[in-house]
Amino acid sequence: QIQSSIFNQRKAHSPGHVCKNILHVPVSGLLFGPWFLCRNEDLKEMLESNKESLKLEAMKRIVGLIAKGKNASELFPAVVKNVASKNIELKKLVYVYLVRYAEEQQDLALLSISTFQRALKDPNQLIRASALRVLSSIRVPIIVPIMMLAIKEAATDLSPYVRKTAAHAIQKLYSLDPDQKEHLIEVIEKLLKDKSTLVAGSVVMAFEEVCPDRIDLIHKNYRKLCNLLVDVEEWGQVVIIHMLTRYARTQFVSPWREDAVFDENSAKAFYDSEEERRVDQSKPYIMDPDHRLLLRNTKPLLQSRNTAVVMAVSQLYWHLAPKHELSIITKSLVRLLRSHREVQYIVLQNIATMSIQRKGMFEPFMKSFYVRSTDATHIKTLKLEILTNLANEANISTILREFQTYVKSQDKAFAAATIQAIGCCATNISEVTDTCLNGLVLLLSNRDETVVAESVVVIKKLLQTQPSQHSDIIKHMAKLFDNITVPMARASILWLMGEYCEHVPKIAPDVLRKMAKTFTDEEDIVKLQIVNLAAKLYLTNSKQTKLLTQYILNLGKYDQNYDIRDRTRFIRQLIVPNEKSGALSKYARRILMAPKPAPVLQSAFKDRDRFQLGTLSHTLNSQASGYLELSDWPAVAPDQSVRNVEVVEPVRLPCIYLVFKDNVKNSESEENSDDSNKSSSSQSEKSSSESDSEKKKTLKNKKPQQQKLDSKDSSPVFVPETSHELLHRMTGKGLSAQYRFTRQPCIYGNSMVSLQLTLSNSTDQALENIHISEKSSTGQNIHRFNAIERLEPQASVTVSMGVDFNDSTQAANFQLCTKEDEFSVSIQPAVGELLLPITMSEADFTKEQGKLVGMNESSATITMTPENVSSQSVNRKVVSVANLGVIPSGQENIYRFSGKTVSSGSLVLVSVVLKDPDAVITINTEKTVMGSMLLRQVKTALTNSGP
Amino acid sequence: MIHSLFLINNAGDLFLEKHWKSVISRSVCDYFFEAREKAVEPDNVPPVIRTPHHYLINIYREKIFFVSVIQTEVPPLFVIEFLHRVAETFQDYFGECSETTIKDNVVIVYELLEEMLDNGFPLATESNILKELIRPPTILRSMVNTITGSSNVGETLPTGQLSNIPWRRAGVKYTNNEAYFDVVEEIDAILDKSGTTVFAEIQGVIDACVKLSGMPDLTLSFMNPRLLDDVSFHPCVRYKRWESERVISFIPPDGNFQLMSYHISAQNLVAIPIYVKQNISFFETGSSGRLDITVGPKQTMGKTVECLVVTVHMPKVVLSANLSATQGTYNYDPVTKILLWDIGKLNPQKLPNLKGSLSLQSGAPKPEENPSLNIDLKIQQLAISGLKVNRLDMYGEKYKPFKGVKYVTKAGKFQVRT
Repeated sequence: QIQSSIFNQRKAHSPGHVCKNILHVPVSGLLFGPWFLCRNEDLKEMLESNKESLKLEAMKRIVGLIAKGKNASELFPAVVKNVASKNIELKKLVYVYLVRYAEEQQDLALLSISTFQRALKDPNQLIRASALRVLSSIRVPIIVPIMMLAIKEAATDLSPYVRKTAAHAIQKLYSLDPDQKEHLIEVIEKLLKDKSTLVAGSVVMAFEEVCPDRIDLIHKNYRKLCNLLVDVEEWGQVVIIHMLTRYARTQFVSPWREDAVFDENSAKAFYDSEEERRVDQSKPYIMDPDHRLLLRNTKPLLQSRNTAVVMAVSQLYWHLAPKHELSIITKSLVRLLRSHREVQYIVLQNIATMSIQRKGMFEPFMKSFYVRSTDATHIKTLKLEILTNLANEANISTILREFQTYVKSQDKAFAAATIQAIGCCATNISEVTDTCLNGLVLLLSNRDETVVAESVVVIKKLLQTQPSQHSDIIKHMAKLFDNITVPMARASILWLMGEYCEHVPKIAPDVLRKMAKTFTDEEDIVKLQIVNLAAKLYLTNSKQTKLLTQYILNLGKYDQNYDIRDRTRFIRQLIVPNEKSGALSKYARRILMAPKPAPVLQSAFKDRDRFQLGTLSHTLNSQASGYLELSDWPAVAPDQSVRNVEVVEPVRLPCIYLVFKDNVKNSESEENSDDSNKSSSSQSEKSSSESDSEKKKTLKNKKPQQQKLDSKDSSPVFVPETSHELLHRMTGKGLSAQYRFTRQPCIYGNSMVSLQLTLSNSTDQALENIHISEKSSTGQNIHRFNAIERLEPQASVTVSMGVDFNDSTQAANFQLCTKEDEFSVSIQPAVGELLLPITMSEADFTKEQGKLVGMNESSATITMTPENVSSQSVNRKVVSVANLGVIPSGQENIYRFSGKTVSSGSLVLVSVVLKDPDAVITINTEKTVMGSMLLRQVKTALTNSGP
Repeated sequence: MIHSLFLINNAGDLFLEKHWKSVISRSVCDYFFEAREKAVEPDNVPPVIRTPHHYLINIYREKIFFVSVIQTEVPPLFVIEFLHRVAETFQDYFGECSETTIKDNVVIVYELLEEMLDNGFPLATESNILKELIRPPTILRSMVNTITGSSNVGETLPTGQLSNIPWRRAGVKYTNNEAYFDVVEEIDAILDKSGTTVFAEIQGVIDACVKLSGMPDLTLSFMNPRLLDDVSFHPCVRYKRWESERVISFIPPDGNFQLMSYHISAQNLVAIPIYVKQNISFFETGSSGRLDITVGPKQTMGKTVECLVVTVHMPKVVLSANLSATQGTYNYDPVTKILLWDIGKLNPQKLPNLKGSLSLQSGAPKPEENPSLNIDLKIQQLAISGLKVNRLDMYGEKYKPFKGVKYVTKAGKFQVRT
C-alpha cells in the first residue's frame, strides 16, 4: 500500500521530483514490487534526465528487472545513449544491459559500437580490456569483422590482461561465427606462445573450444606450459591439465607394462605387476623426459585448495603416471571427501571407478568411506559401492560388520542397496559366501518388506552359483513364502523352487498347490513364475502335479494379461505332448531345465573408465557433447624433437670430455641431473656411463660421430673440424684455448650457439680454478662452463659452453680466468655458424621462398670451377660454410639448403642453380644483413677450387 | 563453460538469473524442479542433472540452490567449486548468503557475477581483487551513496590482477599492524554402541586475519610439523619451502583468508574428548520407548568442553518426547523428528543426563534401528592433535607486527551409533 501510494504520488510529480521520493524507499522494495510494468515510462524519463544519480538509480532498477528475468528490452534506446557515460558504475550497468539485449535489438546495438572502438585505443589497459569484453559479448553478426580486427590487435597488446581478454573473445567470436575458425587459430597460435601466466589458462581454453585437434600447435609450447603451470591461476590450471593429459596420451609411449592383463582380473594382476615389471626388464622402458616433466610439475598441485585442481591432477596421474606412482593421489582424493556434498559426490564417483581396477590404492583409507546416517542418499550408495570394490579376503569381516549396521538403517532404499552389496561381496570372495548367505537368510525374517524382498532376490542370485548345498535354504524360503508379499521376491522364490525342484522334491509340489489357489490374485510377474514352476514340476514329477498344472494352465489361458495367455499357450504346447506338437516337445525338458549361468554381480562403475576421469561424461556415464576422447598410447613415440629442437634428455648431454688423463676431476655438471626423481636419475647414470665410453671413442677417432646421438632430423650434419684460436699459450702464460663450433643445438638455451672449448696447460705447474669471469664485456648472454678446479701440467680438457650471439656476427668478448690471471678473449662467429639446419620438403621450400622475396632476397651469379660442379662437392662446400640442411632435390642442377637463425629462428633458404658454366646463388631470409654476408661466403667457397 | 546461473530458494521460487552467453529460457529449470521433487530432501538432489540439450550442475547452500546451465563437456568439479566460490563471495560481501541479502543487494550481486565470469570462464575470483573492483556495502556507505549519488564501483582500477602476486593489492596501510592465526580442528568420528572408535580423524584449518602494511613476507613454523602429513595450501604458500623445510612461507593476502588445511588420519593420534552412555529402546507393545543419555568427559587434556549439543534424528514413528534434563534444555520437533539437547558447558563433577519416555504412533511397528546421536562441542585453547605453532617471522618490512595464535577444537561429523 505504501509503495503504491508513493507510486501514485510520483505519477503526479514531474520527473525532477521523482528522485526525492525514491530516496526514501529501500531499493529492494522498488525492485520487486508488483507494479513494475507500468513504471518503465518513469525509468525512461529518468534515463533521459541530466542528473547522473537519477540515471544510475534507473539503471540499478533495470538491472534488478533483468535479474528477475523480466523483460526490459523496450528501454534499449534510452539505455544505449548512456554507453559513453563518464560515471564508471553507470557505464558498467549499461554494459550489463547491452550484453543482455543486444542480440534482440541488433540495429540499435550498432549505435554503441563506435564507443567501444574508441575505448579499444584507450591508454588504460583495463578500459581497453573491458571494451573488448563487451564488444565481443554483443552477439551481433554484422560486427564480426570489427571483432576480428579488435581481437587481432588485442592479441599483440602489451598488457597481458588485455591479451587474456582477447583469448576469451576468441571463443565468443567462434561461437558467433564458426567460419572465422582459420583466422582465430592464427591468433590462438600467437597467444599460445605468450609467456604470461595470466594468458595461459584462457588461451588453452580457447584452444580446447576452437581447435582441440590441432595438437601440433602445442608441441613448441609444451615445456613452457608445464613450467608455468604452478603459477597459473587455479581455473586455468584445470583447463591446462586436462589439455596436457590429452596431449601426453598422443605423444608418449605407455609407461604401463602388461596393462592388458591388468584390466582383465584386477586384484591378481595388481599384486603380480611388481614382479612382472622386473621380469620385463629385458626391454627397459625409459620415460620421455617431457613426460616426466609433466608429472613432476603437476604433483605440487595436489596440495591446491581448489578441489577441481586436485581432481584434475589426480586424473592426470591416473591416465599418465606409471602404476607404482599412482598412490600419491590417494591421500589428496580422500581429503576432498571432507568438502561439500557435491564435491564428495563427484570425487566418490571417480574413486569408485578407480577402486575397481586398483583396490590397493584406497584400501588403507577404507574407513573414510564408512557411511554416516546424515549422508545424502547418493553419497551413501557411492560409499557402499566403493566399500564393495575394496572388499577382499583380509578385510571382508570388517566390511561385513559395517554392512550389518547399514542394513538396519532407516533409509530403506539404502538398506536394500546394502543387501545387494553383501551379495556382491559374497560372489566375489568365495570364503564368505556361506556367511553372507546365512546372514541374508536371517534378514528374511526382517519386518521390513523391501529388506526381505531384496534379500530374496540376492539369495536367489547367490544360490544359482552353488544350488546343491543349499536345499535347506530353499526350504526355509518356502516356509517364509506365505509371509512375503513383495511380488519380485515371491517370483524369485518360485523360480528357485522350479529351478531346483529336484533338491526339494516334497515341498515344491505343495507350493504349487498353494499357488494354484491364489493364482488369480497374484501380480503378473508372480503368475508367470507360477506357470514356469508348474511346467518344470510337470516335467520332473508329473505324477503328483499333472492335474495341478493343467488347472493352472487353464487359469492362465483366460488371464487378462496377454503375456500370461501367451506364455500359457506356449508352455502347454511344449510340455503336453499331443499330435500337433512337433519335435519340440521331445526337448521340453532340455529347454526348460537347461542349466542357467549364474548372474554376474558387477559394479555399475565397471566400464566407466572408458571416459576420462573427472569429466562430465564420466559422471553421467554417457558421452556429453563436446567430450574429447582420450586416445590410446601410441605404440611408438612420435618424434620428440617437435617439442623443441633442443634435446634435454640428460643422457645425451655431452658436457665435459676427458681427453688424456682421467685424473682430472670429472666435475660432471649437476644441472643435468637436477631431475630429483630417483628412478630416472638412476637410469640416466647407467646410460651415461655407457655413453661416456662412446664419447671417448668418438674423440679418439676424431670423427664427430656424436651427432648421431641427437640428430633425429634426417639431414646429415657436417661439422667442420677446424678449430679457432681463442688464447695463445704465450699470451695465456701457458694456458692455451681453442674453440670450435659443434653445430649442435645448444643444451643451455634455445637461442644459444653451442661451442666446444679445449683448454690445455703447457706450463709445468697445475693451473687452478679456470673459469669465465661473471662480467661479460659485451651484451651477449653466455652460458659459462663449470669452473675447472685443476688442470694438470701438459693435460688438456674439453668443455662446452653456449653463447647467444643474437643473430649477429659481433664478437663475444669475455674474460678467461685462472686462479692468478685474467685474459680477455673473444669469439668471432662466422655467419654460417649462427644457423641451425632444418628439414623441409622441396615443396615447402619453394613455398617459403615465395614468401621471402624483394628485400629479403639476395642473389649472385658466379662462374663455377669445373671440379666444383658435381653435386657432392656443391653440397659439401655450402654445408662447410654454413650450418644448413640439404634438401633432397628432384632436379639435377638445383641444390637447396635450409636453416634458421639460432636466436630468432628466422628462416634462411639457400639455393644454387647451375647453368653451365655459371651458377646462380640465391639466399632468402628476413635477416638481410646475414643474408648478404652468407652470400659472400658461399660465393667464395664455390669459386675456390680445392676440397 | 558456465552458460547461465539460476538461484532458486527452498520453496522453488526462481529469484535471480544471470546469463553469460546467449539467454537460456528459465524453463530449463523444470528439469531441476522435477529432480528436486523426486529427491524429497534438498540434500538428496543429484548435483548433476541431464536434460535433453543442457546439463544442470547445482549446489545447495544456505537454503539456496545455485543451478548452473552447461552445454558442453566440462569437469563437473570445476563448476561446483566455482559455485561454492560464488556463495562464499556473497557471504564475504553481505555477511551472510541468503535470499534476502541477495535480493537486497541485487545490483552488487550482478556486478560481482559479471566480474567473476567472462563468457562462462572464471575471471576474477580472488576476494581481494573483487573488493577493489566492487566495494562491499556498508551501512554507512550505502547511506552516503544514496545521498550523494556516488557509486559502489571502484574508481581506480585494480592492480593485483596485473602483478605476480594476484592475491595481494599494493599499497596496503595500517596503523596497527597485526596478524592473527586461528588453528581450528574438527574431530570426525564414528563411535559404536559400546563406545569403541570405529573411525576417527582430525580435519584442521588455519584461518588467518592479517592486517599488515606493505608487502610482508611471513614465515610460520610449527613445533611438531611432522604431525601434518596431508596438507593443502592457499595459493600464496610456497610449496617448495614446505617440502624442504616444513615451514610455511608466504606473502599473505590482505584481510581474512584460510592459510591451509590439514588432515590427520592416524587413529591413535585422535583423542576422543567425551564419552556417551546411552540407552534408547522402543517397546514391542504400548507404542512407547525409553531414552537415557549421559555425557561425560574422556580425553579433554584438562580443558573444559563447551557448547555441547546432542542431536538425535528420531525414527518417523516417534510422535513426541517427554524427557527431563539435569542440565541444559531439550527440544523435540515433531515435524523434522529432530531431538535437540543443548547442554552447554560439561561439568565433570555432575554429568548431564537426559532421561524420559518417547511416545510412538499407535499401531505402527517399532522402529528397526535406534537413531544415532550427533554430537557438537567446542574446546577452547586446545588443538586436539597437539599441533603447536612455534613462531611467526616477518621479512621485508621494518615495523613490529602484533602476533597472536588461538586454538579451538570442535566436533565435526561426530556420530555415536546406538
